[in-house]
Amino acid sequence: MAEKTTILNLTEEEFVHSGNRACTGCGLSIVYRIGLKALGKNSVLVVPPSCLTVLQGLYPVASTKLPCVNVTFASTAAAATGVRSAMMALGKDDVNVVAWAGDGGTSDIGIQALSGACERGDNIIYICYDNEAYMNTGVQRSGTTPQGVLTTTTPIKGKLQVKKDVPAIIAAHGIPYVATASAAFPLDFYDKVKKATTIHGPKYIHVHTPCPPGWGFDTRYTIKVGKLAVETGLFDLYEIENGSFSLSAPSQRLVGKKRPPVSDYFAAQGRFKSLDTDMVNTIQQQVDAKWAA
Amino acid sequence: MHIIESGNVAAATGVKLSRVQVIAAYPITPQTPLTEKLSEFVESEQLTAQYIPVESEHSAMAVCIAASTAGTRAFTATSANGLLYMNEQLHWAVGARLPIVTCVVNRGIGAPWTVWNDQQDSMAQRDVGWIQLYASDHQQIIDSVIKAFRLAQTVSIPVMVCYDGYLLSHTYMPFDLPEQSEVDAFLPPFVPKHFLDPENPGNFNTVTLPDVRPGVDGTMRPGYIEIRHNLHQDLRAALDSYAEIDREFEQRFGRGGSPFVEQYRCDDARFVAVAVGSLSYQLRDVIDTMREDGIAIGVMGVQMYRPFPDQAVASALAGKECVIVFEKALSYGNQGPLYSDIKSTLYRMDDRPIIHNYILGLGGREIKTQQLLDALTESCARPAAIEDTPRWIGLKLQEEHHG
Amino acid sequence: MATKTYCEMISRSQPGPGDGGNTGSWRVKRPIIDYDKCIPAKTKKRACFTCWLLCPDCVVSKTIPPAINLDYCKGCGICAEECPAGAIEMVDEASQTGKEK
Repeated sequence: MAEKTTILNLTEEEFVHSGNRACTGCGLSIVYRIGLKALGKNSVLVVPPSCLTVLQGLYPVASTKLPCVNVTFASTAAAATGVRSAMMALGKDDVNVVAWAGDGGTSDIGIQALSGACERGDNIIYICYDNEAYMNTGVQRSGTTPQGVLTTTTPIKGKLQVKKDVPAIIAAHGIPYVATASAAFPLDFYDKVKKATTIHGPKYIHVHTPCPPGWGFDTRYTIKVGKLAVETGLFDLYEIENGSFSLSAPSQRLVGKKRPPVSDYFAAQGRFKSLDTDMVNTIQQQVDAKWAA
Repeated sequence: MHIIESGNVAAATGVKLSRVQVIAAYPITPQTPLTEKLSEFVESEQLTAQYIPVESEHSAMAVCIAASTAGTRAFTATSANGLLYMNEQLHWAVGARLPIVTCVVNRGIGAPWTVWNDQQDSMAQRDVGWIQLYASDHQQIIDSVIKAFRLAQTVSIPVMVCYDGYLLSHTYMPFDLPEQSEVDAFLPPFVPKHFLDPENPGNFNTVTLPDVRPGVDGTMRPGYIEIRHNLHQDLRAALDSYAEIDREFEQRFGRGGSPFVEQYRCDDARFVAVAVGSLSYQLRDVIDTMREDGIAIGVMGVQMYRPFPDQAVASALAGKECVIVFEKALSYGNQGPLYSDIKSTLYRMDDRPIIHNYILGLGGREIKTQQLLDALTESCARPAAIEDTPRWIGLKLQEEHHG
Repeated sequence: MATKTYCEMISRSQPGPGDGGNTGSWRVKRPIIDYDKCIPAKTKKRACFTCWLLCPDCVVSKTIPPAINLDYCKGCGICAEECPAGAIEMVDEASQTGKEK
C-alpha cells in the first residue's frame, strides 16, 4: 500500500463546486469533497435520491465536476454495474465506476441491488455515506439509525431497534474490500477510497457522516461529533481486505486505552435526549464487551 | 436463409444480429428461453456483449439505463409481473431518452398467478412513453427487434417489442434469417449525443424545476414540463420516422410496408375485426369463412400501439359500417384499452362506424375459432349502436365457481 | 421530408459554481483568521492547512496565508472549531456587513 496521505500532499484539485445546496457544516460535503479527490477525474458516479442529489444541484447546474448519472432509489448498485458493463463493452477499462448512496438507499431500499452486484463480483466501488436516517426527506428512521435515536418517525420513544450492520452484511458476500470510515478522519477515508480504486471486484466503503440538523448539534461540531463516535468505540474504523480484518489507526489507537464514555457522544447531540440512564448503561456495556473481545 | 425456430429464439437472434452490447435479464416464464439463448450466444462468443444475470427486473432495467447512458446498445426482456416490477424504471428510461429495446413476452398478471398469455402486462404500460410494437408471427418478431433498435436510436426513445407468450414464444415456425451484413448496413452503431464522459462531464437526470432556469452559460434551459412536452412531440414525430425506417427495411429485406396496421381483406369490407398480435392472424381464418358466406369483412392487426397511429387507423376504418375490437386486456372498470383508443380516433369522423368490444383469452383461456365466428356474426348481424360495455367471450359462469 | 432532430431536451446539468446562489448569504457568523496565530501565515511555511482539509464547501485556499472565499462560505465554523492554533474566530456576520458599508 502507498504511503499514508497527509494534508500537505493531498491534491489541491477540487471536483466539487462551492456554492452548492448542502446544509451548513454537512458531513457528507466533507467526505464527498475528499472522496472525489481520491477518485480523480477518470471516474463516473451513480447517485440515487439522497442528500447528495441536493448537493449535486438543480438542472441545469451541477456542483460535481465528474460525469454522473442519477438513478432510481432502489437501483444504485445495478446501475453502477450497467456503467461498468458499458465501459467494458467500450474498452474503457480504466474508469472508476462509483456508486455513492445514503444509508437509506443502501441499507433499506437498495440492499437487494447491492447484494446482487456483490454476489456477481461486479467491478464497482460502492460508497455508503451513513448519516443514520433519511435526512433528505426530513429525518425519518432508517435501517442504520442507532437504537434510541429520535427521528420524525420515532418522535417520542426513539428508535427501538438496533443499527443494521451493513458492512458486516456486505462482508459476508466475500467481496475483496470492505471498509468503514468517518468524516472526522478524512485522510483515512481518502486512503481507503484510493485503495479501492486499485482493487478489482466489488469494493464497499461505509462512511459515517455527522449531520448537524438531523442529529441536533451546532454546525461547528461536525468533526468533534464524528470523532466522539469513533473514540467512544461506537463506530469502529476498519478494513476487511480479502477477508482479513484490521482496525484502522483512529480505532486501533483505542485498543487497551480508556475510552471516553458513550454518554459524552450522546450528550453532544439532541437526537439521543430520550435515552434514559439504563439504556445508556446498557449501550456502554455492549460497547465495552465489544472492545473486550 | 429460412430456419424453423421458436419465437423466443427469433427474438434472441434479432438481438444478436443487432449487435447489442449490454444485456441484463432476470428469468420469468415465458421469456426464459429468450434469456437463455442470449446467455448462450454470449458464452459461446457468437455475440460480443456483456451479459449481466441480474437479481431482479428492476435491476435489469437499471443496468440497461446506465449502460445506455454510458453510450452502449442495451437490451432486456421480461413478461407480466417482471414488466410491472420494472415500471418505475420504464418511466426513468424514457424520461432520460435512452434507446433501450425490451422484448415483452406477453403474459397475464397476478393475482391470481397465471403463467399463460394475455396482453394485460404491456397494455398496462401504454402511458409510460415507450414505443410499443406488437408482432403477430416469428418473422415479425425478428424483424421488429432489428427495426426497434434503429427506431430507438433514431428518436432517442425506448421501444418494447411485444409478442404473445406460448402462442408465439414457444411455438416453432419458419422465418427468414436476415444476413448480418444486411443488418449492419440497416442498423449503424449507436452514437450517443451525450454520454457519461470524464472528458466532458455532465450530470444526468438531475432534479429539474417546475420553471425554466439559466444554465452555466447563461442560456435559458427548460423546466420539467418543457422536457416532457418535448418527449410527447418526439413520440408523435416517431410515427413518421418509423414509416421511413419500415420503408428502408422493406427495400433491403423485402418485408414490411405496413408499419402501423396490417390490413387483411379490408378494401371492400363493410366490417372490420381488430386485434393485436397473434390473435389478428387467427381472425384471418374466421374472416375467410365469413367471406365464403358472403359477409364483407376484413381484419386489421395493430402493429404499433404507442405512439398510437391514429391516422393509419382512421384511414383503415373510414367508411366501414362496424368495427369489432377483440382484446386480451382490459382497463378494469372501463373498456378494452385499444377499443377506447380506436373509438377516440373515430370520434372526429362525420360518418363514423359503429364499434363493438370483446374481451377474451385472459389468463390464457383458449380462444376457439368458433367463438370468434359467433361473435363476429352477431356483431355483423346487428351493428346497432356503439357498445361501451365490453362483451366477454367464452366465460363459463356457473354457481359452483363462485367463492 | 426534412430530417427531424430528436431529443433536444434532457436533464443533463453542466458543472458550475453557485448552484445554490451566493451561499455566503446563509452565513450567521463569519470566520476571521488571525494571521498572527495561523501556523502557515506565521511561519510562512506550507504547514497545517487543517481549515482547508475540513472545509465542507471548498472555500478555504491552501495558500500562505490561507484565505476564505466569503461569497460561498456558509459560516459553519468547523474551521474555527478545529484550528489547532485557535487562530479562527467566528464573529457575528451583522457586525461585519455593517463595517463593509
